[in-house]
Amino acid sequence: MKPDRGLGLVLRLIAAVTVTGIFLFPVYWLFVMSFKTPDEIFAYPPVWWPESLQLANYAVLFRDGDVVTIGNSLLVAGASTLAAMLLGTMAAYSIARFKTGGDHLPLWLISNRMLPSIVIVFPVFLLYVALGWVDTHHGLIVLYTAFSLPYVIWMMRGYIQEIPRELEEAALVDGASRLQVLVRVVLPVARTGLLATAVFTFVFAWNDFIFALVLTRSAVTTFPVQVTHYFGGQSNFWAKIAAMSVLGSLPILLVVGAIQRYLVRGISLGAVKG
Amino acid sequence: VIGALEGEASPAAKRRGDPTRGRLLPWALVAPAVLVILLIGLFPLLHTAVVSFQSISLIEEDTSFAGLANYARLLEDARLWEALGRTLLLTAVALPIELVLGLAMALLFLDRLPGRAVFVTLLVLPVVISPVVAGATWRLLFDNRYGPINQMVGWLVGRETTILWVVDPAFVYPAILIAEVWQWTPFMFLLLLAALSEVDGSQLEAARIDGAGFRQTLTAVMLPAIAPVIAIACLIRGLDLFRTFDVVWALTKGGPGTMTETISIYAYVQGFQQFETSYAAAIAFLVIVLLTVLVMMALRRVEIAR
Repeated sequence: MKPDRGLGLVLRLIAAVTVTGIFLFPVYWLFVMSFKTPDEIFAYPPVWWPESLQLANYAVLFRDGDVVTIGNSLLVAGASTLAAMLLGTMAAYSIARFKTGGDHLPLWLISNRMLPSIVIVFPVFLLYVALGWVDTHHGLIVLYTAFSLPYVIWMMRGYIQEIPRELEEAALVDGASRLQVLVRVVLPVARTGLLATAVFTFVFAWNDFIFALVLTRSAVTTFPVQVTHYFGGQSNFWAKIAAMSVLGSLPILLVVGAIQRYLVRGISLGAVKG
Repeated sequence: VIGALEGEASPAAKRRGDPTRGRLLPWALVAPAVLVILLIGLFPLLHTAVVSFQSISLIEEDTSFAGLANYARLLEDARLWEALGRTLLLTAVALPIELVLGLAMALLFLDRLPGRAVFVTLLVLPVVISPVVAGATWRLLFDNRYGPINQMVGWLVGRETTILWVVDPAFVYPAILIAEVWQWTPFMFLLLLAALSEVDGSQLEAARIDGAGFRQTLTAVMLPAIAPVIAIACLIRGLDLFRTFDVVWALTKGGPGTMTETISIYAYVQGFQQFETSYAAAIAFLVIVLLTVLVMMALRRVEIAR
């Protein structure tokens, strides 16, 4: 359609570099700022490249104990991902293979996903006050598990439906039970789908702000909530904002990098196979 | 129970038999997940419905029923309707921009290009980082004195600029829009790129042989082919925009004053800063009803488009 070589290609390449550069600039700025000294952060005009890549801003996070919030995020996001994947995959297998609940159950599940977080968290807050679950790890874990379940079931149902039934039937004929089939036949075949779904579940819980903001005080502060604490009325802790943001984004980049091929399917709720 | 599923039957008989055999196992597999969702989703929601008809607040633990008082208050709450209008406006402005920019980028990266995979990988970054981090990053960039945006604007206009991006009423909306569009245009881009890559090559070839230009090919072949994906992408993003909280909170906390409060931020302020428990419950229900209507309208549109 378009000329694939010569001037056209060069122009497209220039456009591609420009667009990518514009979208990456904020990330670059955040990254570079996390290495700046206070003098460089408060330099006018702004410094685009620091003299040295010193790590003092990160060291402060460890010294002041701010990194505990990363630990909280890891624990809460990790545990809720495991729980949601376990319960969700069981349910997804049942819906994919036995049509449990007909068409209504999957639709009801996905409609849960469409409610705004603030609407979900408000009733949950009242419940948690009654249970004494506010500002606890298990409180957040249960909420993230419940919120992620519709997504896990929806996605895993799609992945399981793609597995030929013949594979399972062969195992059933050989005398395996349904649960054995699920564990030994279905899960190994669906492992990339499992991994991709787990990554998105983890990323959701990791990045969540509003649930953690409402349901935690000081004991279980997660990393996004901690970042907002650095914004003060009069002054902001720029160095901490930058270093904490970079530190908190690294795990996401690592896990998403591992499942890049399934990214589009994951973010489009399975609508686009990618 | 599980053992009852096995038999000597042939695979074909099993296929027919599966849904009717072992009634218990399918429900046993679904039950734990549904129970957790009901516990965290449905039960508190019903509780909220009850609360919204009472008059509970921080100073008033009155659990007697106040009828529709909270819902009547919704109608007279100018700040609420402003927040709602603002949220819809943000959705109406940001969504088309993200769609058009995302489509343009997808077309740019559709054909063979050196380093294409690297570009696409890098463009994924904004989508996966936390919206709070995105908001915080843009606050660094928009800083009137130490941020690079004013510096670059200064280069363009040829003199020093000190725009107060997140404080000045004239600039705070563009600032939020820029941050929002920056984070989510790549989402559109990724979906549309994947969809465009799947468009039937023979149709494109046929259009080329018929002498169709780029614009004709785009409107006659490509866009119709990816219309379902566009519809789903817009539905997902539209719902996300309607509940916008994190980015705006990190950028402005709804300020200056109440100028940038979205409906989610306003509900948060009423429920967790003013402690108007019953009133916030009524707001939550208003949002649920509005969203249900919006989703149903959107889904109907999507069906018609097909």
